[in-house]
Amino acid sequence: MSVPTDHFRIRGATLLDAAGSRVEDLGIADGRIVPVDELDVQAIEIDATDCLVSTGLVDLKAHLGEPGDEAAETMASGGEAAVLGGYTTVLAMPDTHPPVDTAAVVEHIRMLGASALCGVEVAGTVTVGAAGERLAPLAELAQAGVRFVTDCGAGVQDPLLLRRALEYAKPLGLTIAQAADCVPLSRGTHMHEGEWSSRLGLAGAPAEAEEINVMRDISLVRLTGGRLHFQTLSAAGSFAIVSAAAQSGLPISSSVTTHHLRLCDADLAGYDTCLKVTPPLRAAGDARAAMSAVAAGRVDVIVSDHRPHTTDRKERPFDHAATGSVGLETSLAAALCSGIDHSTVLRAMSWRPAQLVGLGDPETRSLRPGAPADIVIIDPTETWTVSTASMATLGTNSAFEGTELTGRVRSTFVGGRLVVDQGKVAA
Amino acid sequence: MKHLLSIDELTTEELEELLRITPSFAEVASRRIAKVPALRGQTVATLFYEDSTRTRLSFEVAAKRLSADVLNVSVASSSVNKGESLRDTAETIEAMGIDAVVVRHASSGAPWQLTKWLDASVINAGDGWHQHPTQALLDCFTLQQELGDLTDRHIAIVGDIKHSRVARSDVGAFTRLGATVTLVAPPTLLPPAIETWPVKVSHELDSVLDDVDAVYLLRMQKERMGEALVPDLREYTALYGLTAARATRLGPTIPIMHPGPMNRGVEIAADVPDLDQVVVVDQVRNGVAVRMAALFMLLGSGAGAVPLAQPDQVAEVSESEAVSV
Repeated sequence: MSVPTDHFRIRGATLLDAAGSRVEDLGIADGRIVPVDELDVQAIEIDATDCLVSTGLVDLKAHLGEPGDEAAETMASGGEAAVLGGYTTVLAMPDTHPPVDTAAVVEHIRMLGASALCGVEVAGTVTVGAAGERLAPLAELAQAGVRFVTDCGAGVQDPLLLRRALEYAKPLGLTIAQAADCVPLSRGTHMHEGEWSSRLGLAGAPAEAEEINVMRDISLVRLTGGRLHFQTLSAAGSFAIVSAAAQSGLPISSSVTTHHLRLCDADLAGYDTCLKVTPPLRAAGDARAAMSAVAAGRVDVIVSDHRPHTTDRKERPFDHAATGSVGLETSLAAALCSGIDHSTVLRAMSWRPAQLVGLGDPETRSLRPGAPADIVIIDPTETWTVSTASMATLGTNSAFEGTELTGRVRSTFVGGRLVVDQGKVAA
Repeated sequence: MKHLLSIDELTTEELEELLRITPSFAEVASRRIAKVPALRGQTVATLFYEDSTRTRLSFEVAAKRLSADVLNVSVASSSVNKGESLRDTAETIEAMGIDAVVVRHASSGAPWQLTKWLDASVINAGDGWHQHPTQALLDCFTLQQELGDLTDRHIAIVGDIKHSRVARSDVGAFTRLGATVTLVAPPTLLPPAIETWPVKVSHELDSVLDDVDAVYLLRMQKERMGEALVPDLREYTALYGLTAARATRLGPTIPIMHPGPMNRGVEIAADVPDLDQVVVVDQVRNGVAVRMAALFMLLGSGAGAVPLAQPDQVAEVSESEAVSV
């Protein structure tokens, strides 16, 4: 009796994958994409006229709360947020309690992740406890299936330790992921240093605090040949430096968040703590540089950097408020209505991150028959207003709260299972 | 006008009106019974998260001279932990039916956040490095007493501009009234992007002194030494302190101002504060008058419109109603 729910025919949509776009019906059966003539006659029809169909989104940076911060998010709530935002796989960040620095914790997170509607990939830490002092058992983590290791926060500060991590991780197929932040230049700051920090009387971190560590880390990649992913770049200079280094053939990749694309330091004029994020929202010129870097394909990935908080952590004075914004349910829309063309957005949110995290190349993870049915149907014209009160995440902190966005997920399939239907979590 | 949060949020008309009505409140203070019933029945709470005897006292005296009831909400610095929710405090105050909250907070922006959860008027009595609007008003009023119209007058503000809410407020107010402002400080004590401020900048006090109509000294805090902003206080004093020699060079008619409390021997030489041209005491006295004007504008009969000080509201209260302050 499982046939009707396992077979779907998606009608009238524009299919968009790395091979290009085409208007064609799509069949889903038994967890895979199939030719429509192989579908059961009872297959459920989904009318997706005027919609876009893409391979499911993959998020390379989300904090899912569990274990340790269940008041802010759980795998169940974060998983709902993910699939509502079009994500079929999320890379869970390892700064949990306990941190993901052994294979045992990896297994535990996998077990917890089974309660999420999306697939959960597990990232490990670079150093024990993400404390930045000695290497975590990277081979053990790699054997447990970890592909990305990151200490989160400001990243590994000690250049010798980072050198060793890059060298040691290289034959293990691990990517070291980190934000670029030179802590001695950014310690005790709460926003971007510039005209607005000057006016608002808040201590600011200069863009150079990021750029210095971008340059340092690139040098260490050149020295070691290890693979490095720059998480959530924000400064105009960083995009230029990273893109030049990537063009020279170094094994580096990079990401940016949608709030760094769409917002800037001037938006902090009212001291809204939901706009306090790490790295800080930069100047308008940095946001423009981020936008053109994404549009030109010089940034590999757009991440949500989903970081849920309970309300009380944001209802504090600005310099004491927690940092971060939720993002799983807003990132796709914020990117789609930014003016960047749809295939570039989907490359940065689906095809490229899937490749980086080992879910498959655009040739195998496509909309062609035989590919896994991780699929999202997007209505690129629906306009809606962001309100965390009506979102699935338990976090109440959205940098886009009250903002009107255009583009919304209509349906999401994870492994052939319809988990979002008509924009709502399927019962 | 609902709140008084920053000089930037005041219109030039509101700024000028506040300064225009201040003398009638200064006059009240000179009466035998220094009290008028303008705010009778209204309650003003002072909510100070940061110690400041002077500013709190000044607001308290101002409110009492207008016959408002004053509640001093003590937030002992020891009990202010970093997890404190501003909203909880705001809702507690709201529940008590307070008409205005005078708030001092070590965090920039805290008064803005309070307005989200309060119906009461909020008066910023200093937030972090950001703003201290009544200080700027009293400084403008004092300067006008000394110099008259401030148009094209040249005022030097000397010292730690970067961490100073007084400097941020004064620059806005002085330039709005037509004055030219030169900030004098080492580069490490200037805010970032200083080129976006409507000021001139100098790193040499001696080159500025010959050409100023007033000198405003800021308090130099010893903590700045530990942050590699200035090598040591002795060097700071040698380069940026108002030494006796510099005071002499300034001449006897140029007003010297300071927001207090002064570090004698650091930003100002030990004997300089005793010179006639030092107007620090006038600043303190005028502080009460401008705070009366501000409270009246927010809570008095003219609240909501640009008010005029009505003679009947500034009339003396009968002796039986008077309470000494």
